[in-house]
Amino acid sequence: MNNLSAIKASLASCHFCCQLSKSENLPAKQYSACPRCGGTLHFRKPNSISRTWALILAASILYIPANILPVMRVTWKGGSDSDTILSGIMGLMEEGMWLIALIIFVASILIPMLKIISLIFLLISVQIKSSWCPKDRTMLYRVVEGVGRWSMIDIYVISIMVALVQLGAVATVEPELGAVFFASVVVITMFASISFDPRLIWDSFEESNR
Amino acid sequence: MTESLIACDYCDLLQKIPSLEPNQTAKCARCGSILYRSKKDSLNRTLSFTLAGLIFFILANSFPLISLDIQGRTQTSRLITGCVDLYRHGMLSLAALVFATSILMPFLKFIGTAYIFMPLKFSRLTWKTKPIFKILKTIHPWGMIEIYLLGIFVAYVKLSDMATINIGIAAYAFIASILFMVAADASWDPYETWNKLEKNHE
Repeated sequence: MNNLSAIKASLASCHFCCQLSKSENLPAKQYSACPRCGGTLHFRKPNSISRTWALILAASILYIPANILPVMRVTWKGGSDSDTILSGIMGLMEEGMWLIALIIFVASILIPMLKIISLIFLLISVQIKSSWCPKDRTMLYRVVEGVGRWSMIDIYVISIMVALVQLGAVATVEPELGAVFFASVVVITMFASISFDPRLIWDSFEESNR
Repeated sequence: MTESLIACDYCDLLQKIPSLEPNQTAKCARCGSILYRSKKDSLNRTLSFTLAGLIFFILANSFPLISLDIQGRTQTSRLITGCVDLYRHGMLSLAALVFATSILMPFLKFIGTAYIFMPLKFSRLTWKTKPIFKILKTIHPWGMIEIYLLGIFVAYVKLSDMATINIGIAAYAFIASILFMVAADASWDPYETWNKLEKNHE
């Protein structure tokens, strides 16, 4: 009983309701329906590695315009300024708003970058069948899975400011194209972390410890 | 045999379902992820927190969220205004994303949870309970009202040296609905729910 994974016992765990089903006749790549909740049942998420790679690649490409293009334009006191994510943070720091600058920096720059790097690291470690520190890599995945959503802050800030500051020539905030690229990076990296299957980390660990 | 076993979602290790006291959490023996949690009075608490959250969320959508005074002119905005204005600026995709994550998904989450738990309270099963359960699980990461709240805070500080900002009544209702959503999530015991669903089904 010790250290037996469900797949070795021909049991597939339902993603939706955690019910285990005997699936002896189920080839590794196919799936059936969970007898309890009717959800699709598979041993491992289908094509996890190639799906995650594709999404990560797309996110890395979109990450460039997301950071180069301005995300919003502020018209105030006769002047008009376009801000990228980074120049927005610099502006906040010049005005002494350190806390806000830090929040935006962590959520908009640090998290998306670390998320892409972490997922690439996890993918490669699984592909070379590494058995190095599986517990820590699982922990890394759980962090990536949990914090990714917080990158949406900047999109909400833009949306709130656009709604609130609509006073013609006096003060106006408009969204710009960079915001669309940035939002797509956030959404695509969220899908990438959903499509990665952390159980693959343990499959190679079990193989090398046999 | 499969009745008393559970596989870790993160590392696939087969383990016996531990018998827990209420409010205890079992962690996976191999990778340390949460395996199973047992909650005290889960059904009643989840249902009441969800209903309270739903009421506050409807209030949060009905009243002005925040208003801004600049050189004698006032601009008021609601939760939905951001999406409408993004759309007016030609950013349909952004408007749709903000609408989905800050209004639609949280709303579906409240409604869906209430739809499953209300009949369950009276030991009944309603139409399409199981598919709705699966949808709830799928949309779970996409309801982002707590992140929206931090967005309001950031926008508030950014704008505060440029104009006078007034927090509207909807903002307080919004905070209350987030607290109730978090409380409902924390008191929910998925195993108990599934056991009840199965029992009612037979």
